[in-house]
Amino acid sequence: MIRSLPNGRPYIWSFNLFVLLYFVFLFAPLVVTCVLAFNNSDFPSLPWHGFSLDWFLSPGPDRVGVFHDSQNLRAIVTSVETAVCVSALSVLVGTCASFLFEQEEFRFKGALYMLMLAPLVIPGVILGISQLLAANSVGAFLEDTVGWDVEWLRPSFWLVVIGQFSFIATFVTLVVSARLRKFDRSLEEAALNLGANRFEVIRYITLPFLRPAIVGAAAVSFLMSFENFNTTLFLVGSEPTLPINLYLQVRDGSTPVINSISFLLIVGTSILVLFNVYLGRKDGER
Amino acid sequence: MSASGMKQSRLAFWLFLAPVLGWLLLLIVLPHLDMLYMSLRSGSFSHPGWTLTNYQAFFEEPIYWLTFARTAGYAVITTAITLVLGLPVAFYIAKVVRPGLSGALMVLLLLPFWVSELVRVYGWMILLRESGVINFFLLRLGIIDTPIEMLYNDATMIMGLVYTSMLFMVVPLVSVMESLDDSLVEAAYDLGASRLCIWRTIIIPHSKPGITSGCIVVFMLSLGNYLTPNLMGGKNSLWFTEQIYNQFIASFNWNQGSAFGFLLLALSSVIVWAGLKLTRQKLGEVAS
Repeated sequence: MIRSLPNGRPYIWSFNLFVLLYFVFLFAPLVVTCVLAFNNSDFPSLPWHGFSLDWFLSPGPDRVGVFHDSQNLRAIVTSVETAVCVSALSVLVGTCASFLFEQEEFRFKGALYMLMLAPLVIPGVILGISQLLAANSVGAFLEDTVGWDVEWLRPSFWLVVIGQFSFIATFVTLVVSARLRKFDRSLEEAALNLGANRFEVIRYITLPFLRPAIVGAAAVSFLMSFENFNTTLFLVGSEPTLPINLYLQVRDGSTPVINSISFLLIVGTSILVLFNVYLGRKDGER
Repeated sequence: MSASGMKQSRLAFWLFLAPVLGWLLLLIVLPHLDMLYMSLRSGSFSHPGWTLTNYQAFFEEPIYWLTFARTAGYAVITTAITLVLGLPVAFYIAKVVRPGLSGALMVLLLLPFWVSELVRVYGWMILLRESGVINFFLLRLGIIDTPIEMLYNDATMIMGLVYTSMLFMVVPLVSVMESLDDSLVEAAYDLGASRLCIWRTIIIPHSKPGITSGCIVVFMLSLGNYLTPNLMGGKNSLWFTEQIYNQFIASFNWNQGSAFGFLLLALSSVIVWAGLKLTRQKLGEVAS
């Protein structure tokens, strides 16, 4: 049944087989996508025509590899810019929120905390449309009353950043709060007694303690922003992010260039995730 | 604390509060109130004003409420399949495999879910489509003569949804099962309980919090999914989020779209609330 009990061989072997099949199910689509990125063929399908790096490096005109595909490259750059802005903003506000909920007492704290958790249970599509509506209303209001035409309140780069930030900040708050809860507040009191002011305490005592959580949260926000589709779909303007751009290509028929981008994404994501796991391990040892 | 210290504390409090209030009021509360407002306004220029026609249209057009009901039903089926698959996997990682291996398995489990959902769906598409990899092998092995189109039907779409949301079931299940005291299972075993009995009376009751939070998240994610039904489902498997998208982007009827959005939000909130009530948990506990 469990480790410490005698288990029959058939039981253990059938269980092993089940979990093995489960992992095959998990990885089959990813492995196939990666392998077909290197197939010397014009379609992302078998049979295998030999190894080729065309879909990465070929400059065209028949086959255009990722590194020469200006549209996809621009989408990657847009996605990176979006993700950097979103994670910076989320980390800033999320850390403020953790301090607020863990270290301050005020009226309506419980209600505000529930509100902070709300983005967890709002479907991404809904978040996208409500953000679009609100930005549109505010834009129309500003134009009618003050006569300002605010560019970024239309579907645009900054609207995507705002939309993604609105729910990613919740994840940052949860991660940073979990670490702040473990913080020994007598350290702060000691520093205050020794003449530090509140901001010096935060700067020199609390923030260094929170650093692993903040770095981890920043990495997670980066990934969440980079791969977000549902919310972005409604807010995107003339500069599509990578998932949106890929979606348009997949919908209209596919070329192996999507495989090679997927390969780069899978490798990049794996490195970031393993880095995060490593950080978590180090954090746990302390 | 000195007077200046007090003042600084107040200042710090306001510095923390201001961005958080800005975020929650401007980006969460205001947009959803705006959505509710839009859903109750008439879209026509000749008769502007308050109206319930947007909601009326939902109940009068079978295509709308049928899609809504089917989306909810399929999300329930997806959640059930995910739970049935997730329980043994979580149990294996938490209790059966060597402790040293379980950490590595967890990382392996997490990895695919950090890759963009689009890449995962695309992977399934090149596996399953008519000219796909699975058909290639089936033809080569002589099992079939003509390729079968495995994409674009409801069963494939549900499999895609299960695949996409699996992680959110397995992770809470693993963490709750890790907290199960082995000696309880050992005692039951020594007293002659069968496997089924141990599962029914010890493991499942103990795992209830994990089952709840897993089910809530999976249900919500399936309900709000757009990519998987759109790319893997067929012409007849329209998802409710696609209706919302059509209203917003294709027909440009924002009032109707807002009403749909609000209905979807209401459904997912009710389900989350009911799930928490049934198991007497709080959102805060489930989230952390």
